[in-house]
Amino acid sequence: MIDREEVLHVAQLARLALSEDEIEPIARELSAVLDHIAKIGELSLDDVAPTSHVVELTGALRPDEPRPCLPREVALAQAPAVGGEGFLVPSPQA
Amino acid sequence: MSDAGAASAPAGNGAGARWEPVIGLEIHVQLATATKMFCGCALSFGEPPNTHTCPVCLGLPGSLPVANARAVHFGLMIGLALGSELAPRSIFHRKNYFYPDLPKGYQISQYDEPLCRGGTLGEVRIHRVHLEEDAAKLVHFGESGRIHGSEQSVVDFNRGGTPLAEIVTEPDLRTAEQAGEWLRLLRTTLRALGVSDVNMEEGSLRCDANISLRPAGSDTLGVKTELKNMNSFRFIERGIKAEIERQRALLDGGGQVVQETLHFDPTTRSASGAPGAISSLRSKEEAHDYRYFPEPDLLPVAIDEQMLADARATMSELPSDRAERLRRELSLSAESAQLLAFRSELADYFEAALAAGADPAPPAQALANWVGGDLSSRLGEGEDPADSRVQPRALAALVGLVAAKTISVGAARQVLDKLVADGGEPAAIVESEGLAAIGGGDELAAIVAAALAANADAAERVRSGNEKAIGPIIGAVMRETKGRADGGEVTRLVHEQLGI
Amino acid sequence: MSGDILELSAAQAIAAVQARELGAAELFAFYRERASRDAGADGEGLNCFTWVADGAPEDVDGPLAGVPLAVKDLFCTRDVPSQSGSRILEGYLPPYTATAVERLTGAGAALLAKTNQDEFAMGSSTENSAFGPTLNPWDRARVPGGSSGGSAAAVAAGLAPWALGTDTGGSIRQPAALCGIVGLKPTYGSVSRYGMIAFASSLDQAGPLTRDVTDAALLLGQMVGRDACDATSLQFPEPIEPPSAERLEGVRLGVPVELRGDVSDAGIEPGVRDAFERALALAEGLGATVVEVELPHAPHALSAYYVLAPSEASSNLARFDGVRYGFRAEDATDLLDMYTRTRHDGFGPEVKRRIMLGTYALSSGYYDAYYGRAQRVRTKLAEDFRTAFEAVDLILTPTSPGVAFGLGEKTADPWAMYLSDYFTVPMSLAGIPAISIPCGLSTDHAGSGPNDDGLPVGLQIAGPAFSENRLLDAAFAFEQALGFNEGAARV
Repeated sequence: MIDREEVLHVAQLARLALSEDEIEPIARELSAVLDHIAKIGELSLDDVAPTSHVVELTGALRPDEPRPCLPREVALAQAPAVGGEGFLVPSPQA
Repeated sequence: MSDAGAASAPAGNGAGARWEPVIGLEIHVQLATATKMFCGCALSFGEPPNTHTCPVCLGLPGSLPVANARAVHFGLMIGLALGSELAPRSIFHRKNYFYPDLPKGYQISQYDEPLCRGGTLGEVRIHRVHLEEDAAKLVHFGESGRIHGSEQSVVDFNRGGTPLAEIVTEPDLRTAEQAGEWLRLLRTTLRALGVSDVNMEEGSLRCDANISLRPAGSDTLGVKTELKNMNSFRFIERGIKAEIERQRALLDGGGQVVQETLHFDPTTRSASGAPGAISSLRSKEEAHDYRYFPEPDLLPVAIDEQMLADARATMSELPSDRAERLRRELSLSAESAQLLAFRSELADYFEAALAAGADPAPPAQALANWVGGDLSSRLGEGEDPADSRVQPRALAALVGLVAAKTISVGAARQVLDKLVADGGEPAAIVESEGLAAIGGGDELAAIVAAALAANADAAERVRSGNEKAIGPIIGAVMRETKGRADGGEVTRLVHEQLGI
Repeated sequence: MSGDILELSAAQAIAAVQARELGAAELFAFYRERASRDAGADGEGLNCFTWVADGAPEDVDGPLAGVPLAVKDLFCTRDVPSQSGSRILEGYLPPYTATAVERLTGAGAALLAKTNQDEFAMGSSTENSAFGPTLNPWDRARVPGGSSGGSAAAVAAGLAPWALGTDTGGSIRQPAALCGIVGLKPTYGSVSRYGMIAFASSLDQAGPLTRDVTDAALLLGQMVGRDACDATSLQFPEPIEPPSAERLEGVRLGVPVELRGDVSDAGIEPGVRDAFERALALAEGLGATVVEVELPHAPHALSAYYVLAPSEASSNLARFDGVRYGFRAEDATDLLDMYTRTRHDGFGPEVKRRIMLGTYALSSGYYDAYYGRAQRVRTKLAEDFRTAFEAVDLILTPTSPGVAFGLGEKTADPWAMYLSDYFTVPMSLAGIPAISIPCGLSTDHAGSGPNDDGLPVGLQIAGPAFSENRLLDAAFAFEQALGFNEGAARV
């Protein structure tokens, strides 16, 4: 139900590397799950509104008042790589 | 001064007579709130990197966004100012993609239920206005910072999470100049609202353009490109011009325009030598699939009466309303009213001058002409007259003197030059420079007679009906009087002395 | 006092501390020793814990009187490892603490340990953890359930008096059932999610895992309430009361036809069905009326859930990219390589499966068929429950179709594992509260259990939104009448 090409496309969207011998098994597993999920295709749901929010309230807005920020050392404390005063990463291909 | 709001395509649209450019703008405005869109970090203005962050805007595990009430308030003000329809209920969506300046791996934005829909500003219809959060900043690291063969960048999250209003227009614009002029109107409007600093150099106002061409007279739309990275008004106009030219050349040569995102580089030149080259943003991935879905961590925004009332209460007079008022109350011409109102510093100065109590009082239209014309041109593009040496009261007095015929227009211009250079009072300058008009009386009549005598041929032609020949005679009088004579009075005397 | 300490429920321990019969420090030391012993048992223990405290906190004051609390790994605890059972958060020390935990420690609870879980709360067996599986104290060859398996096993084994877990599709209730203890998932929005490492935002809820219903009420009462840091949190309309009902006089109980035995896709084990039927009979004996109700969309709940939860998860887990914290693959040749290898190496197989599933369901061309549809199923299911609750006060089902299964038994087929949540998922989708209490033993699996008399079966009781007090009362009445020995598996 989901083929090799779709698996590779989805993996790219999700930024997941897949080795060659991982592709087939995951395609099979996902297909099996999708087969079960297809059950929801049986239902007639045309005039039903989707539940986009479980809590039936609105708002919960925050007043525009500053709160304390993290000290830089704390913000950077868990960084795998630090450059100068920031998080170091390989550059995106510009 | 270009004709702001021309709906008909003026000649010289840059695409030749065969093609009509169709331009829409996508503007991002950083809102001038105290804190970020979804967390309580204070907004940063050039602070040291990564000193304005918290678990939310760093995207730490377990953190949750909470929307800024003031940002919503500013969004409503923008919607009201643009005459948009305000959605009774709007929701936030997640826009999912990977980039180092996007800490959560998604941007919280709005998708198919935005805060505002529709509206107009000037001659351009608005498509929508919505709220979202800004990305962080990515800067290149080090001079030759290559590690394992790859270049490195550093991410600074200070800016990440800053509230943005995104304003999208309908493709109603037809020339680069029109786009530039309209963008100035938008900027003035937003500044008048007080919702943003709208400073392109600082990045609080950003503009991308969607550009396509279609055969002149057609009403279908051609393939459009998106042009980014134009961070000044000048570059926007240049960029749009360059892209229109690029598309024209392509289509004239039988090619097709490809839908893509383009980057404008003002520092280089195009193949034809025009300043600013267009290049394709090397897209390492295909068209983004943002996988939008409603943001489950935020509740829908419902607009109630109180929020609307608050938004209306904080709105000051908008440029279009001000222009209307100036026309109505002071009987200014439409062009004058618009010219002043769409550059609020001019209108502010004008109204201050009018209220300054000069005696004799200047007529409103005359004062408007002087503010928008002679004064502006002497001060230079974009200069605020309030910053000049010409006090509003002084200009008002000057215009009053002209209206009372105490001095001629020519003399007044000389006085204005002095005011611009040194400030001061017009009456005193007229006195010290001896610029008082020569009104009626013998002095002027004698000078006119002398001029007629010295220009007998011209005088003869005028007498026989060729009014145009009066030029040299007037010129002679003006030279003699150093411009102080009133032109109308001179003409009258010439006719009188010639017996016509 | 040590033998006695182990017998005390949390409520009883609080009473003892407040009566000065027991010192808070002594209480903490007792459990800390037991927890450390199990954690340091070099593979001989149950593997309930990912971290155990060095010592008791300084002053503990308040209604929870210093009673030690075990907390699921995914709750951020300042400067204490919080990895949500994943390698991708190896060594991660949050700079802040989750609101739910802060409220409890603020009320006097003492942080004892972090408990093991399925990675990112995705699983029904706690076999998906980067820390290895947790074992069920009733039978160490079997799973404790998941994803809050570490919390459930710790309470069942008497290694912690009570624990905090999270429930997205059944992750508190199912392990509670498989470990013979009490687990409650509150109404969605009742407890702040701030600081809970997210799995599925519209479904995740924190809740108690305890020895008895009274302890569950006590813990829940301290956690509920609006939090300014969580926009989806609500003010609970009434205080949570200690339960006291002895009978079920006048209570109308509904049993959904779609979730009964042979009809459901899940295939209930005979021992579970028998225990459930006995519980229904007991209910009638306590004065309740038991009727059938219909939840027409319940058979589609699991399918809808396995679209919605992975979709939200695929987005929530995008932040694990190696940029700001956690694991980063070494020697990345470029940014794309860094992203893809970090996430490949950092995430376990089940997490990767669900990220792929979720990404697919949200992707262009598939949104309407999957995510859009699943959200509509959710609407219908909520309507089904609302209609059912017009006819009955509470709904009863078995918590899980089977008892604790063997380690490795269901790992080969994802859907077989997912079926374990067949009865719990509908309540999660509808956002309504539900509790699981032990209601008996199943002898299906010969010679199992500490005394060879079987493995625990859970009874699930669900109610309308904000009906926690009525839920707890009914559960209490059942509990008193059932007399289940939840201490049977204590080590």
